Amino acid sequence: MIQEFNYHLNRDVFGKLLCTNLDDQSQKSVVPIRTFPITAPNEGISLIDSQGHELVWINNLGELSNELRILIEEELANREFMPEIKYIYEVSNLTTPNVWQVETDLGKTSFILKGEEDIRHLTSMTLVITDSHGICLLIRNRSALDSHSRKILDHFL
Amino acid sequence: MTDSERSPIKILLSAALPTMSPLWFTQIESRLNVEEKVIAWLETDLDHQLRFSQGLVILTNQRLFSKVSINASWENWDCRQQDLTLIRRDYSGAGNLELIDANSLLVNWRYTIGKDIAAGYLIKQFMRHYKSGSAEEKYLRATQILCPKCKTLLPVDQEKCSICIKNIDARPSVWILFRLWRFARPYKWRLLTGFLLTLGSTAATLVPPYLAMPLMDNVLIPYQNGKSIDISLVTFYLSGLLGAAIIAWALGWARTYTLALVSERIGADLRTATYKHLLKLSQEYFGGKRTGDLIARIGSETDRINIFISLHLLDFATDVLMIIMTTGILISINPWLALITLLPLPVIAWLIHIIRDKLRTGFEKVDRIWAEVTNVLSDTIPGIRVVKAFAQEEREAERFYTANQHNLEINNRVNKVWSLFIPSVTFLTEIGLLVVWIFGIWQVSNNAITVGVLTAFLAYISRFYLRLDSMSRIVSVTQKSAAGAKRIFDILDHVSSVPEPINPVHLPAIKGRIELCNVSFRYGTRSVVRNINLVIEPGEMIGLIGHSGSGKSTLVNLICRFYDVTEGAILIDGIDIRSLPVATYRKHIGLVLQESFLFFGTIAENISYGRPGATREDIIAAARSAHAHEFILRLRHGYDSLVGERGQALSGGERQRISIARALLINPHILILDEATSSVDTTTEKEIQKALDNLVRGRTTIAIAHRLSTLQNANRLIVLDRGNIVEIGSHQELMARKNHYHRLYEAQMRNIDTEGELVGLNVAHKIVGDQK
Repeated sequence: MIQEFNYHLNRDVFGKLLCTNLDDQSQKSVVPIRTFPITAPNEGISLIDSQGHELVWINNLGELSNELRILIEEELANREFMPEIKYIYEVSNLTTPNVWQVETDLGKTSFILKGEEDIRHLTSMTLVITDSHGICLLIRNRSALDSHSRKILDHFL
Repeated sequence: MTDSERSPIKILLSAALPTMSPLWFTQIESRLNVEEKVIAWLETDLDHQLRFSQGLVILTNQRLFSKVSINASWENWDCRQQDLTLIRRDYSGAGNLELIDANSLLVNWRYTIGKDIAAGYLIKQFMRHYKSGSAEEKYLRATQILCPKCKTLLPVDQEKCSICIKNIDARPSVWILFRLWRFARPYKWRLLTGFLLTLGSTAATLVPPYLAMPLMDNVLIPYQNGKSIDISLVTFYLSGLLGAAIIAWALGWARTYTLALVSERIGADLRTATYKHLLKLSQEYFGGKRTGDLIARIGSETDRINIFISLHLLDFATDVLMIIMTTGILISINPWLALITLLPLPVIAWLIHIIRDKLRTGFEKVDRIWAEVTNVLSDTIPGIRVVKAFAQEEREAERFYTANQHNLEINNRVNKVWSLFIPSVTFLTEIGLLVVWIFGIWQVSNNAITVGVLTAFLAYISRFYLRLDSMSRIVSVTQKSAAGAKRIFDILDHVSSVPEPINPVHLPAIKGRIELCNVSFRYGTRSVVRNINLVIEPGEMIGLIGHSGSGKSTLVNLICRFYDVTEGAILIDGIDIRSLPVATYRKHIGLVLQESFLFFGTIAENISYGRPGATREDIIAAARSAHAHEFILRLRHGYDSLVGERGQALSGGERQRISIARALLINPHILILDEATSSVDTTTEKEIQKALDNLVRGRTTIAIAHRLSTLQNANRLIVLDRGNIVEIGSHQELMARKNHYHRLYEAQMRNIDTEGELVGLNVAHKIVGDQK
């Protein structure tokens, strides 16, 4: 079980997040982790220390003070990398492996899709595409894509 | 030599390194000082907000300078003055390279994981130039070659990157069928015979309409005009018809039989070749694929191709021949009428072409969905105990229903196109016939042709169009089998991620010295082990200890070469294992796993799995050493007792001892025990422990164990924590150090105390002894 204690967060000179236990003034560098990064990104955030032990459990980011929330969100944004595909420009070929040119929420990029099986359904509408390097790209709602992108995507589903 | 040729960048380009994008070329050239040389660089592709953006980090022999994005300004750090350190980390596919000095973080750069190797190279070069004599330097021994195009690490001996090759080779679907020729070549003479028979039988079927012409003009029309029927002439024509029918029947039978025989063999060859290739693929491939999908590919896809060759392709060939011959005959009778008759042909061809693309992707989808349905089955049937235990039958039924529903939906969509296709072809044929009727009647009325000629034409083209109709079916079956062929060639083209070396080194006998040099391994974006350096002497027993997920099993998998290292190298007797033939290398390794897998067959067969030619005496000797002999004798049929797919009839400990006997029988130089005793109770463990003691003697042994008591005999214990070696030493040394091992040991002692068991532990015995 996680110990309930009062804590404070701040950033050290190396840019790491530091968690101070206000009860005994001990300090540990921590990393925030989302427990359900896709289905419920703002619920269940865990702060773990460098040994991988959970120090603090946060039910919901909303219940934190603004200062803490911003620190955690910054750190999360820094660690999380799952570009969300907004538009598919083109694919090099209709058979895999092929190169995809896409627009993501993080800018334009391209990736190699090794096989259709690398497109996985999280739910019937949410897809996760794993590229040749293992980077995951998200399609949050495939029905929300425009018809051009949908048509391309449809070839591989 | 011109100035530009002497520039630092040019010097670097000659090295075997990925080339820098020309975008940066000119920008850097002007910024370099006199006598400044570029040592390494990293093209970053993310900014600090992790948005895709081009940036560059350059390491020279004087400094580090960088640009976060194209429009940002250059920043400099003098590496000679300050005490700088570069650190790289990565998480979920985004890498982070940090430059820190003693006091704080100076700057960091972000990049996608594809650039990680370039980042690693940058750090290594940095260490070498500015931190010489550091521990990092010796890591540079393991040289690496990158694919110049996609910058993934190339395996030793392999010049081309498998990802890039596959990309270039991707062709449109239908062409893939021509690649089946590889499997057809051995049967080319029989195929030729089949073709000649097809030619003959098709010609024979074309005789009857030709005979209808004189029958009409010379017999029936004259009779209508008042002449009597010439019996001998009628007999001649009718016997001609009968003769043609008999010849067509005989030839058709011979041709179908010959070609079916050949196609069946081609199908069998294809299946065998695919399975053979599949077995050679690495563990990684099987990890990423689902059983149901692979079974569907090898089973039903090869069958589909088989049917395609024996039925549809044959029919199609016959049809084409028939069309060519019919066209010839029609033109020889009346060129103008022939022209009119053949007019709908291009229209139909065009129609076929349009629908082709729609159907192809449709059928590929149907295949994938079908594999999905199979996957549900292959997931749940082996796990049926779990399904039942959690009373999830309804949910699995629902999952199957959903997959099926999806299947229906896709099929519906394909059928929508398909259902329009056939009636359209039929409609066009009818229109074609109508045109011939109109033109024919007009010609007959002009006395340009006889009624007999018109009859013959109508007889020909009604067959002709009938064939066109069936020919149009070839589109769908070709697409289907092309999709099938693609899925099979996907397997056949897959280059194993543990490739066979091009110039293999042969090691007749090995001593068993294993050396891990700076070994790192990454699974997807997850870095599993990092910078492992370890030397295991011949005959030494090593115990690997650590929490689950600390990389113990990965290390063993790397040593077995189930996977290849991402960075670094594993050497056996000083030779990189990647330069040894995979199968011969593995023959030197005996592996006992936690979950012992028994194949369907007798116990003796299972024990001799690694050495099929073993004598009964050998098998029994191995079983004795594995302490399996006695329980085997208790079975009803002794060594000939059949054990099931997962060895259901035997207990966990019994199965384990059989797999130990299996490892003993091949007499390996290197022995790997991956949690060999953790699935059994402590009493059984003692039995197995005795068996293992026999096995370990005189071999290089790497043992992974959860129960530290299992490792009493180990010469050295290696404690892993999250992919790094944290401690090495004997039990006593590590206990004295009071760190990781001590904690693990204490934790386990407490557990055992609560279980009330003190067996098998040296220390526990000592305590008891002291008290006496």
